[in-house]
Amino acid sequence: MEISLLSTIFDVLLGLSLLGLAWSALATTDLFKAVLLFIAFGLLMALVWVRLNAPDVALAEAAIGAGITGALMLSALARLNSPHTGRAIASHTTDPEKDPSIQWWPFISLVLVFIGLAYSVFTFSPAFMGLQPDVYSQLVNSGVENPVTAVLLNFRGYDTLLEMLVLFVALLGVWSLGENPAVKTPFISPVLDTLSRLLTPVFILVAAYILWVGAHAPGGAFQAGSILGAAGILLLLSGWQLRKDTSSLFFRVLLLAGPLAFVALAAITLLIQGQLLEYPPAQAGLLILILETFATLSIGVTLAALFLGGFPWSKNRALK
Amino acid sequence: MSPQLIYPLIGAGLFSLGLYGLIVHSHLLRKILAINIMGSGVFLILVALAKRSGEMPDPVPHAMVITGIVVAVSATALALAMMLKLHTETGRTDLPDDQQT
Repeated sequence: MEISLLSTIFDVLLGLSLLGLAWSALATTDLFKAVLLFIAFGLLMALVWVRLNAPDVALAEAAIGAGITGALMLSALARLNSPHTGRAIASHTTDPEKDPSIQWWPFISLVLVFIGLAYSVFTFSPAFMGLQPDVYSQLVNSGVENPVTAVLLNFRGYDTLLEMLVLFVALLGVWSLGENPAVKTPFISPVLDTLSRLLTPVFILVAAYILWVGAHAPGGAFQAGSILGAAGILLLLSGWQLRKDTSSLFFRVLLLAGPLAFVALAAITLLIQGQLLEYPPAQAGLLILILETFATLSIGVTLAALFLGGFPWSKNRALK
Repeated sequence: MSPQLIYPLIGAGLFSLGLYGLIVHSHLLRKILAINIMGSGVFLILVALAKRSGEMPDPVPHAMVITGIVVAVSATALALAMMLKLHTETGRTDLPDDQQT
């Protein structure tokens, strides 16, 4: 009884701090502070996922939601403020609202939205099994023991196939907006340089472990891929650059490996099994591992390329 | 109060808060932030509802939320790139319609 009371208090406090962080991230005038508050918000979200028995989601949130989204926003903010890009420099670090007081019409309508949502959440039946019995009864045929991996890569593999394509299309969209802005890395401290050299193999090892362990414990391709992406971002931040003579083909193949592996497997299973992405139970484990490996590589490279922003292999730069 | 009840309420609160931020702020970076907060609210409701089946939650919403987190980060990256492009082209960080507010 006492423990359940304590955990309720913890849940309420955690929830209120989430709301507080979200509110101050949106209300503070300093954009840098807003992004930092948002990163803290993501880390608290990861804690919430653990409270809700969703460790797979917690791993994804900590790596992507807090880590990579935060890095993306910070780098975008830095580019907004950099003297190369904009004409008006001064006015972008802060965002002075002309009228800091609450705007009443949106506020009232959003309170109504909240009341409607809260009411509908309350009217859901408190105990509902959903698809949980189906997933657990079919888990033996899925080739893996972690139910979330089974859903992602086997039962709902089609969603994941489309998701790989969404990532790829987002990267194409970023590339279509122009070339990667030539950022002059001013000075790389030797500490950062050494640290990134030491950390990169650790990142790769952790990513491989998370990928492997995803078959029977929390982990999997997305978490591993985002750790690889984080390693790429760290390398980019510490001044690492593609060698000028590096063929872009290698990276293009890596970017497409995940989607192509998925499409190829989908086509093969469609021809042999008659169903899209329906694996024979005996080989399912191996097929999922192969798919996940390619997906991890592609997700990692795509996230790092999204962070780089802009098309990295410009014709002008090749001429220089 | 069980976590199955607390967290959907928090999720609904985050969604409304994010939508409010999306409406009232004109700076695009803050709009992108607000959309991310709205997304977190939706994810929170989904995962909290998955816990209704007891100690072993329904894994399907978990998988959907992981997919959603990855889609959200790619959409955020695209949105940020578009914001930077707008900024280099026009020097502005808001959309023309927001001028009057």
